[in-house]
Amino acid sequence: MVGPSSSHTAGAVRIGLTARRLLGEPPIAAEILLHGSFAATYRGHGTDRALAAGILGMLPDDTGIPNSLQIAKQARVAITFSVTELKEAHPNTALLRLRGASGKTMEIQASSVGGGRIHVDKIDGIPVSFSADMPTLIVRNTDQPGSVSDVAKELCRHGINIATMQLYRDHRGGCAIMVFETDQSVPDAAVAALEQMPEILSVIFLDGFND
Amino acid sequence: MKLDSFAEIINACADSGKSFPQIVAESNTENFGIAPADAYTRMRAIWRTMLDSVKNYDPADRSASGLSGGDGGKMDAYAVDGAPLCGDYLADVMACALKTAESNACMKRIAAAPTAGACGVLPAVLLPLYRRGLLTEDDAIDALFVSAGIGSVIAERASMSGAEAGCQAEIGAASAMAAGTLVYIRKGSPAQIAAAAGIALQNLMGLVCDPVAGLVEVPCVKRNAAGAVNACAAADMALAGITSRIPPDQIVDAMGAVGRRLDESLRETGRGGLAATPEGKRIAQEFYK
Repeated sequence: MVGPSSSHTAGAVRIGLTARRLLGEPPIAAEILLHGSFAATYRGHGTDRALAAGILGMLPDDTGIPNSLQIAKQARVAITFSVTELKEAHPNTALLRLRGASGKTMEIQASSVGGGRIHVDKIDGIPVSFSADMPTLIVRNTDQPGSVSDVAKELCRHGINIATMQLYRDHRGGCAIMVFETDQSVPDAAVAALEQMPEILSVIFLDGFND
Repeated sequence: MKLDSFAEIINACADSGKSFPQIVAESNTENFGIAPADAYTRMRAIWRTMLDSVKNYDPADRSASGLSGGDGGKMDAYAVDGAPLCGDYLADVMACALKTAESNACMKRIAAAPTAGACGVLPAVLLPLYRRGLLTEDDAIDALFVSAGIGSVIAERASMSGAEAGCQAEIGAASAMAAGTLVYIRKGSPAQIAAAAGIALQNLMGLVCDPVAGLVEVPCVKRNAAGAVNACAAADMALAGITSRIPPDQIVDAMGAVGRRLDESLRETGRGGLAATPEGKRIAQEFYK
């Protein structure tokens, strides 16, 4: 990795990168809010440059990290930073609002929990909990009976073992998120099949980090 | 097996007749599905990064704050001309620790081991052996699986984050990893590896994370040198047959418990310890103005 801090630099790159991968397309704009220790020390640790580097698709050992803000400017990706106070958040937390070229937007709250490892806390305001270390499938659906079973069946068809799974929803019958951590990568065919299901709004697959 | 107990790793070695790093490598494959050959390739890349971060050190480099740089060069010059008190090997250990930690402060590429703030400790004890022909590259890579196993036990039982548990969880963890790794290189037993890790960690118990201006520079750079020298002392004690009175697993648990009790000002917030001294505050004001 590129220094100086595994939590404030490497973890921050992974947060930026995870946000980019969750958006599913190259971002053209990012509004970044920093909380706690991130807010207090981001300039000294290069946390701002690290988050920007991740948003641009760099890995934690990319020597371009120290220059990522200039690289973002050249690539016409507008990135702004400000500090904030989030409720009950880990000291190293960032909230990222990303916009892609197609107009697609996404808001991710994630924390850097030490040694470069991260924890995704919220997607579009809905609480979630995953590290992105393992292959992770994130399915958004309308809250209705049978959704979990549909996804589980599809994964089973491809011989994929579910390691952990979590369910969240904003309210009964509203918007729900399922997060599956799996032992195998989820193939594109399975993602495509899930996207066809009527109750499913969107499917994102993040392969495990391999940096 | 889950790598969360020295006692269990020692038992697994005894039951299977396998070495400490073999048990770690096999568990790594079992727990994360990484093929042994891939794990080995990745470990080689980490080792090469350690070598490069010392090789590419430039004593003229300074960090953005101006607080770090040049000390590795000073140590090198002193080792040649100054007849260091600690002797040639430890002088080299300190120089390598300072160089890696200074490179980190200058946003250069390093191998986090286990963290960036503590990146100097492990290469500092290994590179001087390698450069003296006392350690081959293949043996170094094998030995790094010992480091990984020790790190895993500490991460699983306690923490590896200064923000969570103070510097004892970063330099302390790195020092424990380095101590056990040295014992393995010198053909110590799995129990001696664990003893060295435990002794190194107990010696740094309570160490707070108090970076001036919140930067991974003061006192982090010099603590890498201290953590590396502590690792050598712990390794030599373990190799001499000295055991830890408190079992190593319990030392790790105690470190975690101490970490949870540390005030927030002493956990990487840059508000306590050296950061709260008049000079520490002045530096912070200067940097953030």
